[in-house]
Amino acid sequence: MERSPVIELKHITKRFGNNIANDDVSMEVYEGEILALLGENGSGKTTLMNALAGIYYPEDGQIFVRGREVNIHSPRTAFDLGIGMIHQHFKLVDVLTAVENIILGLNEKSRYDLKAAAARITEICDRYGFHVDPFQKIYTMSVSQKQTVEIVKVLFRGADLLILDEPTAVLTPQETEKLFNVLRNMKADGKSIIIITHKLNEVLEISDRVAILRKGKYICEIKTSEASVQQLTDAMVGHAVTLNIDRPVPVDPKDKIIVEHLTIRNSDGVAKLKDISFTARTGEILGIAGISGNGQKELLEGIAGLQKIESGSIRFVDDNGKETELVGMDPRKITDMGVTLSFVPEDRLGMGLVGNMNLGENMMLRTFRHSGGPFIDRKEPFHLAKRVIESLEVVTPSVKTAVRKLSGGNVQKVLVGREISSSPTVLLTAYAVRGLDINSSYLIYDLVNQQKKQGVAVVYVGEDLDVLLELCDRILVLCDGQVSAILDARKTDKQQVGLLMTKLGGEAANE
Amino acid sequence: MNKVPLIHVTRRKDIFWVRAWLVRIIAVALALVVCGVITMMATGLNPIKVYAAMIDGAFGTSRRLWMLLQNIAILLCISIALAPAFRMRFWNLGGDGQALMGALGAAASMILIGDKVPNWLLILIMIVVSICAGALWAGIPAFFKARWNTNETLFTLMMNYVAVQLVAFFVIVWEVPKGAGKIGIINQNSNAGWFPQVGGQKYLLNVIIVSVLTILVFIYMNYTKQGYELSVVGESEPTARYVGIKVRRVIVRTMLLSGALCGVTGLLLVGGTDHTLTTTLVGGRGFTGVMVAWLAKFNPVFMVITSFLIVFLQRGATEITTTFGLNQSFGDIITGIILFFIIGCEFFLNYQIHFRKAHKEVA
Amino acid sequence: MFDFFVSLIPRAVSQGIPLMFGAVGETVTEKSGNLNLGTAGIMYVGGICGVIGAFLYETGVGPENMNGFLAILIPLACCLAGSFLMGLLYCFLTVTLRANQNVTGLAMTTFGVGFGNFFGGSLIKLSGADVASIALSRTSQFFSTKLPFADKLGWFGKVFLNYSFLAYTAVAMAIIASVLIFHTKLGLQLRAVGESPATADAAGINVTRYKYVATCVGAMISGLGGLYYVMDYASGVWTNDAFGDRGWLAIALVIFTIWRPIHSIWASILFGGLYILHIFIPSGTNLAVKEIYKMAPYVVTIIVLIITSLRNKRENQPPASLGLSYFREDR
Repeated sequence: MERSPVIELKHITKRFGNNIANDDVSMEVYEGEILALLGENGSGKTTLMNALAGIYYPEDGQIFVRGREVNIHSPRTAFDLGIGMIHQHFKLVDVLTAVENIILGLNEKSRYDLKAAAARITEICDRYGFHVDPFQKIYTMSVSQKQTVEIVKVLFRGADLLILDEPTAVLTPQETEKLFNVLRNMKADGKSIIIITHKLNEVLEISDRVAILRKGKYICEIKTSEASVQQLTDAMVGHAVTLNIDRPVPVDPKDKIIVEHLTIRNSDGVAKLKDISFTARTGEILGIAGISGNGQKELLEGIAGLQKIESGSIRFVDDNGKETELVGMDPRKITDMGVTLSFVPEDRLGMGLVGNMNLGENMMLRTFRHSGGPFIDRKEPFHLAKRVIESLEVVTPSVKTAVRKLSGGNVQKVLVGREISSSPTVLLTAYAVRGLDINSSYLIYDLVNQQKKQGVAVVYVGEDLDVLLELCDRILVLCDGQVSAILDARKTDKQQVGLLMTKLGGEAANE
Repeated sequence: MNKVPLIHVTRRKDIFWVRAWLVRIIAVALALVVCGVITMMATGLNPIKVYAAMIDGAFGTSRRLWMLLQNIAILLCISIALAPAFRMRFWNLGGDGQALMGALGAAASMILIGDKVPNWLLILIMIVVSICAGALWAGIPAFFKARWNTNETLFTLMMNYVAVQLVAFFVIVWEVPKGAGKIGIINQNSNAGWFPQVGGQKYLLNVIIVSVLTILVFIYMNYTKQGYELSVVGESEPTARYVGIKVRRVIVRTMLLSGALCGVTGLLLVGGTDHTLTTTLVGGRGFTGVMVAWLAKFNPVFMVITSFLIVFLQRGATEITTTFGLNQSFGDIITGIILFFIIGCEFFLNYQIHFRKAHKEVA
Repeated sequence: MFDFFVSLIPRAVSQGIPLMFGAVGETVTEKSGNLNLGTAGIMYVGGICGVIGAFLYETGVGPENMNGFLAILIPLACCLAGSFLMGLLYCFLTVTLRANQNVTGLAMTTFGVGFGNFFGGSLIKLSGADVASIALSRTSQFFSTKLPFADKLGWFGKVFLNYSFLAYTAVAMAIIASVLIFHTKLGLQLRAVGESPATADAAGINVTRYKYVATCVGAMISGLGGLYYVMDYASGVWTNDAFGDRGWLAIALVIFTIWRPIHSIWASILFGGLYILHIFIPSGTNLAVKEIYKMAPYVVTIIVLIITSLRNKRENQPPASLGLSYFREDR
């Protein structure tokens, strides 16, 4: 049966500065189908959907809703067109109840009647098979319940196209199953659903059709019933690109950090890391691969003494082979113990640096305590800043410029420059090249390699598989907070890692 | 159809310092013009004459000049006391109370042991007691803020009035003579606990002490490890934790310092100039200090200028009162208006306004 | 004991009414995320504007020819207009120009108290009185007209009916504000603005408009507290600085009532009672002790502040964005 599309996107292009997030993307969504939008981080999935939801306004291209060309310049317009998006970060007021959040901002001239609204909510819930207590306060809810409220909010406004941005990232397998049942019911009711994801098993389980984006471009669409895991992986990660990154052979690797049975929960009590064990060795780069949000942040912060650790052990091995337990220590104690651990965190300006302070002052962050007496030694950090500016080619008006005024690449150079200046024995980096141009990226790879040659144990969390495969010696693949596998980077390929990322242990690889 | 707003506001990344000064100077000038117009409307007086009288009131005689300096010193002292707390993004609105507690400590020492110990020891005790009293008054809200994140703005605010009542209590306990409801000049005959006069000038010592303190606080904030730590905590707590700064300890420590300096302000008032204790001794300077410290963006030079401006207006207003038979509160109105302009001009330093030409969106 | 309360309560109420106006007004303001520390100043302005209106009318037509309706309407309108302008000024600085709320509030208090005392002083001079106050006794009579039967119903009349219309207005305001904030869509949107302006903005609520309206209405309610104080409590006598620190006490009350206007009815009477409790201390007790008693409202407020932060119950916390200015592009 030939169906007419509910939504048609034609030649959508959206740029952020020089970055092109969506490059001439065209696609359709039909009534009563579930479309999976598949792609790696930074492939432009969320940006494209935000254009539909009225958050971004594309520079170029047209959007048709039921055959009529429309102009979506605000979330409200999107609602009026029956488009509702459930964002990864929920937009809910914590101290209000579910029903209050749901009717917030609705322009109906009707009386303020929470009971009637609650009845409608219950009706919606019954229809699709999920459960919300309309009078429960948001802050007492679990993540899954909050997500349900967001979905009901969208349905309450009469949406018939629902966009869900990585809805399962925060859910347990049971909750995911429940959500999928709801989505199936909605589909049966004639609603169209777009689900953004990079988990292949979910794509296969829930969707009718898959649309694949890579680096902002629309690659292809495949009928799920005809798709194979291999085919989807290939389309998503693309063909291996040779980057020509140096990879010296590790010299005399020795165990440096031994992690055993590490479990970490976040403040909501969700286990972000479950029973992780691995070893980081000197003179070696251990890559951490995984879809973002699968425990990378917790892993690095756990080692750096910034996370409350539920169970397990993290041991540091010094040159004489003596082991020191790091669990339960804060960063200062770790430094005082003589463990020179450097950490390049993901949030550069929110954690690694102080945006309002200048380059020199940021250099002091790590070392200001080292000098004797109550006064701060400003000379040495400013010299260091100058050295970093010269050796890493940081573009800045002066050492006295506030760091937040620098461009992303230069900010990262300052941060990495500071972290390696202390001649660490362990270097942890999180998404060290995110947002950086090619030259800056290569500079960072070189720096990491230099550290490796000097015998530093490097842990490199990355998102670009091509880089991980060429830069690292071993790759630890995280999936859902667990170790999916630890691979020899020289003997694996992109497809294998991709599968391990999306499916624990990568059973599908054997199919 | 959505309207495209004609005015679009964005956050400014940077502003050239000359331009920043220009904006501020224009703001103050505009404020003075507005004040002039209001003066004319309210009183029918020639505003230029009023301003001339104010200048005369502030600088006219050497006594007036000293009064001006003394008042600047006290306001500046409270402002520099509050500055470290604000740089840590801790809203210490309790400067009044902390200074009053310092004053209470000093007065208590003078009254209770004024005739029992030698003068040098008495002054030493006064210094210690008033510093501790001020620090205590700031330390309590700081402890709760650090431990349980209790709202410090409201806490410190309430502490002011507890301090006022505590002072009111002791004023009656120590009233002279009985039933007078006030203490009067303490140790008027023995002068015990009175700070020595330097160079024959009653106010010179205070001015010197505050000048030294200002320099010390400037050094503390900019050149010491502790000053650096509190800046990092104020800018970003995650960064502070990341580099191993103990955030709670820094909060309490900084507030103890802030309170101690407020205590010194009280000490200077009791030991240096007023030699008495009343509930209105500090006279809201804790609040004015908040504005001075905030508007000056912790820059001591700005603080001196802002303090000078405010005190000048107030001293000048006192002069108008007598010359033109006006009400002394006129100074408060003018101060208020000037503050509104200075507060408002911050916007033009931090934000940029873009005017869009009305254009039709392609439908 | 019973007689004690019958004599205490009416006094506590008349002490408490200005606080009730102030607290209700400030709560409405704070619910929009604006911490207006200028309330003390606004109450002064409200009071003096009422006095100016009354003064002009009373001296204009002479006390004998005053029309009861106009005698109330003119000061009332002046008071509302004055406090409205103060609210508008606060909003312009903090919402439009995004100035710091605490600093703006403190500047407004300096200005408001100065404004009150300046015009108060000028009027005193104009009226040529020997004492440092203006007496608007005729206007005050209109304002302080009690309910009928108040004298005839014994203790019941004394405790419940013995007040002027502004006192009942205060109670009505507290109830109306409570209903509006917690039981209407308008209130829901207002709370959303105060809790999370970004969420409210995303839901299509005009954050700026809500902040402006709530703050200006709040300022007008607070201003009435100043008017009540002069016209009723002080019997139409304006003395400079007489209003004292009641504005701050009103802000304390907002914390004490954990941002629920309905509680401000009993709480402000309680604070009023605490404020004058010292009057009832048996003679012979050290007078100094009464100053300690006056500390009570503030100490109690601090304790409430600490307990709410300890218990950490979300409903009892200040509005989450209180004191922060909202700039959409900062998201």
